[in-house]
Amino acid sequence: MKQVFKRPESMTDKPFHFCPGCHHGIVHRLVAEALDHFNLREKTIGVASVGCSVFLYDYFAVDVIEAPHGRAAAVAAGTKRVLGDNIVFTYQGDGDLAAIGTAEVIHAANRGDNITVIFVNNSIYGMTGGQMAPTTLLGQRSTTSPYGRDNLRDGYPIKMTEMLAALEGPSLVSRVAVNTPGNVKKARKVIRQAFQMQIEGKGFSFVEVLSTCPTNWGMSPQKANERIAEEMIPYFPLGTLKQRDVVDVL
Amino acid sequence: MSKPLKKVFSKGNEAIAMAAINAGCHYYFGYPITPQNEIPEYMAEHLPAVGGEFLQAESEIASINMLLGAAATGVRVMTSSSGPGISLMQEGFSYFAGNELPAVVVNMSRQGPGLGGINATQGDYFQSVKGGGHGDYKLIVLAPHTGQELYDLTIKAFELAEKYRMLTLVLGDAILGQIKEPITPWVPEKTSGGDDRDWLITGAKGRPPRRITSLFLADGEMEKHNWHLQEKYARLERDDVMVEDRDTADAKLVVVAFGSVARIVKSAIDQARAAGMKVGLVRPITLFPFPRKLLGELGGNCKNFLVAEMNTGQMVEDVKLALPGDCTVDFYGRPGGSVPTPEDLYEVISATYSKHKL
Ligand SMILES: Cc1ncc(C[n+]2csc(CCOP(=O)(O)OP(=O)(O)O)c2C)c(N)n1
Ligand code: SF4
Ligand SMILES: [Mg+2]
Repeated sequence: MKQVFKRPESMTDKPFHFCPGCHHGIVHRLVAEALDHFNLREKTIGVASVGCSVFLYDYFAVDVIEAPHGRAAAVAAGTKRVLGDNIVFTYQGDGDLAAIGTAEVIHAANRGDNITVIFVNNSIYGMTGGQMAPTTLLGQRSTTSPYGRDNLRDGYPIKMTEMLAALEGPSLVSRVAVNTPGNVKKARKVIRQAFQMQIEGKGFSFVEVLSTCPTNWGMSPQKANERIAEEMIPYFPLGTLKQRDVVDVL
Repeated sequence: MSKPLKKVFSKGNEAIAMAAINAGCHYYFGYPITPQNEIPEYMAEHLPAVGGEFLQAESEIASINMLLGAAATGVRVMTSSSGPGISLMQEGFSYFAGNELPAVVVNMSRQGPGLGGINATQGDYFQSVKGGGHGDYKLIVLAPHTGQELYDLTIKAFELAEKYRMLTLVLGDAILGQIKEPITPWVPEKTSGGDDRDWLITGAKGRPPRRITSLFLADGEMEKHNWHLQEKYARLERDDVMVEDRDTADAKLVVVAFGSVARIVKSAIDQARAAGMKVGLVRPITLFPFPRKLLGELGGNCKNFLVAEMNTGQMVEDVKLALPGDCTVDFYGRPGGSVPTPEDLYEVISATYSKHKL
């Protein structure tokens, strides 16, 4: 019998620790598939961030460096400067990248550091138990915005993709979602493109993935999936905002 | 010393940069701050010629983390800064300790607290030797006192960093960084830690994947890791203490001083000896590991000690802990960026000498 579906080689066989319905697992798989697609496993270095995805090294069969909270882009920049022929990617949450690590990601993007950044935006601090993130939507309740996010006090949810697309350095800046099979397919393609940019030396590539956190949203996995379409996509529209010229061979 | 080169006349900061490149450090990440700007400037000018790379970071937080990402690949890497910048790096220092990564950081310290001033000080002693970041960790701390020593200890810093998989801090100050002196540069035999180390992050080609982590959640793992770190620190104390012990054999008063102050103390001691006072000097070259053993032994014979520092007495407690309880420890300090002259120190030495009726 022909095997039609298997674990990507770039993944280990360790079962995910993520909560039921969490999108981190899907995003992990899509990244691993992209690495397999280009046969990159043996030359890839992952940079883990601090958040629910800190255990990147348990799930990816690649070398991994764990960065301090928010600093993954700077760590990756240092690694890539030395190992220019290797593939270096970071995998960061929205607290990690869009709050404490904003400076590092903006400057890595602006320098056009030839790395790939996978940004998982679940509009919440997952690991620490559901506090407000810079991406938390207006009115969204969290443990530190118990009455809902108020723009007068907390400002507006930050749009990293739009911000980074305004810079000259990046080769690819895109926002995707993985809440429907159709969106997963699109996300798979964009994540591949992001690694292709790095392979071709085109510089900084960035993919924001809208993601669920059923646990801290207080929703069933299905409800959480629906929330992506109903609340997140309207505020964080999907699409590629910037792409350096590259033949679309994917 | 393996290969001496032609003598040059150079600023201390340049001596450090030159030494780093000759030691095989081809990657430098840093952010400008006085009084150490000649280091990044030298690196920016000279690294391209050796196929290396200089990168100006957006902050010291970024520099120390770039350093971390580069150090994980096993190459020799360095950053440098001063007071406020070194404070920003403390989280990174702690991660270096937890991750057991080797690298060199230079602190050409300036006055504090706060924005302080740009003149020489030794106010960062505690920050350097007692931690500064979170957790139970140490740095290797080297305290040069001349231009040549800045050069030599920078090379030593890379070797010790690799030997112990630790961060080595070279602690200087504005005087040492700015003073121009003749220096004989040299190239060490070994300019790399080697490709055969089993932790290098290079891509998992033909071998199992590796990880650099400081996260230990499994039962007992964190404690095990901390005991392992302590074991390294104990080995450092056993094998790699460096200290200059000068004129102590017959001394009735021993001055303890490090860095640029030690250099001024030397002139003062020469004057005191000429005036018939039996005064010696202990100059810790490694501030961690501190020369506890030597001081403890000296304290068996000589009972009077004087600590001189450009701060309010931060090293005093380490000296007191090292000495037998019956020794006296006096202190002279200048914390404001005014550098004591040899005459100032001579006065203090002779006053201390007569105070104890030596
Ligand atoms: C300097 C520092 N501050 C705070 C923390 C605590 N902390 C750990 S993870 C995290 C937020 C994680 O949220 P996010 O990046 O959105 O990742 P998620 O878990 O949602 O995937 C915080 C604040 C830390 N580890 N280090
Ligand atoms: S807490 Fe949220 S982000 Fe973390 S694993 Fe659970 S669902 Fe995923
Ligand atoms: Mg999050």
